[in-house]
Amino acid sequence: MMEAVTIPPFERFYESLSGEILAFLRRRLGRAEAEDAFQETFLRALRAYGRLQHGRDLRAWAYTIAERVAIDVHRRREPPATGQEPARTDNRPAYAELEHLAGQLPATERAAVVLRYGYDLSYADIGAALGSSEDAARQAASSGVRRLRRKELQ
Amino acid sequence: MTVSADLDLRFRAAAAAAGLLDVAYDLVDSPLGPLLVAATPRGVCRISFDPEPEEEAETLARRFGLRVLRAPLDGPRRELDEYFEGRRETFELDVDLSTVAPFNRRVLEELARVPYGTTTTYGLLAERSERPRAARAVGMVMNRNPVPIVLPCHRVVGSTGKLVGYGGGLDRKEMLLRLEGALA
Repeated sequence: MMEAVTIPPFERFYESLSGEILAFLRRRLGRAEAEDAFQETFLRALRAYGRLQHGRDLRAWAYTIAERVAIDVHRRREPPATGQEPARTDNRPAYAELEHLAGQLPATERAAVVLRYGYDLSYADIGAALGSSEDAARQAASSGVRRLRRKELQ
Repeated sequence: MTVSADLDLRFRAAAAAAGLLDVAYDLVDSPLGPLLVAATPRGVCRISFDPEPEEEAETLARRFGLRVLRAPLDGPRRELDEYFEGRRETFELDVDLSTVAPFNRRVLEELARVPYGTTTTYGLLAERSERPRAARAVGMVMNRNPVPIVLPCHRVVGSTGKLVGYGGGLDRKEMLLRLEGALA
């Protein structure tokens, strides 16, 4: 029942997502830094594009790259304080423990979980990335997490 | 949100400059209407009349790789502009015929030697391609020429001198031959 989804020419991928990825980067980084980050995001996507195995979840994939670029920009902005590691207040460590299991989730749940707990995207952004609503994104992430916890207990 | 034209162009130019594209294509205005011109890192691989860019992008992706992007093609654009202004008789552009079948490639390479402002016939081109009885097959190769204008299939006419046929339509063949002074 799993059909291979054809990968579109890069032009179509870029044309269909460039507007919303720029909007996402502006929210994330502000106007001034969004443009360089936009260029970097699509250059990274282009570098990896020839190695894609299928065309599923391309939108979530694009958001994942954009988010990584945004994280890099933040890191450059705030070089780590010398001496101590800053205290971690986000939930990434918790996600890191589950990460090795995420690959087994259904595609939508996996994307929602990765974007939420791996990258701290808001449910509105995840909804946009997956082409669904904020509510649907919240639901996909929480059912993904439930599934992960069950697996963890096994 | 729409991406500004400036940012969009900067990305496309950067992608091409970084050597990340399997194919770059661009639309070039000409007296024959807009032309879609496409190039791989090896050279120009496609020129099409009355282009439908979305379909062309799909075809190019199947043939040359998925990393197909519209991007400025300054070299081909300049040479085509000069040609249409009557300031250029030979193209210096590299041509990528890597996906063309061997017989077709042989014929297209012979075709490239037909001088500006002259015509030849399907039969003569067949002879020069060492397949003297293949005039009809040569006609098919002309019809499927992936890079018209640069590879001058418009200079090939029937044995009686009639223009016979052209992938882009006979009107365009006539215009090109008039431009070159090969038709009164």
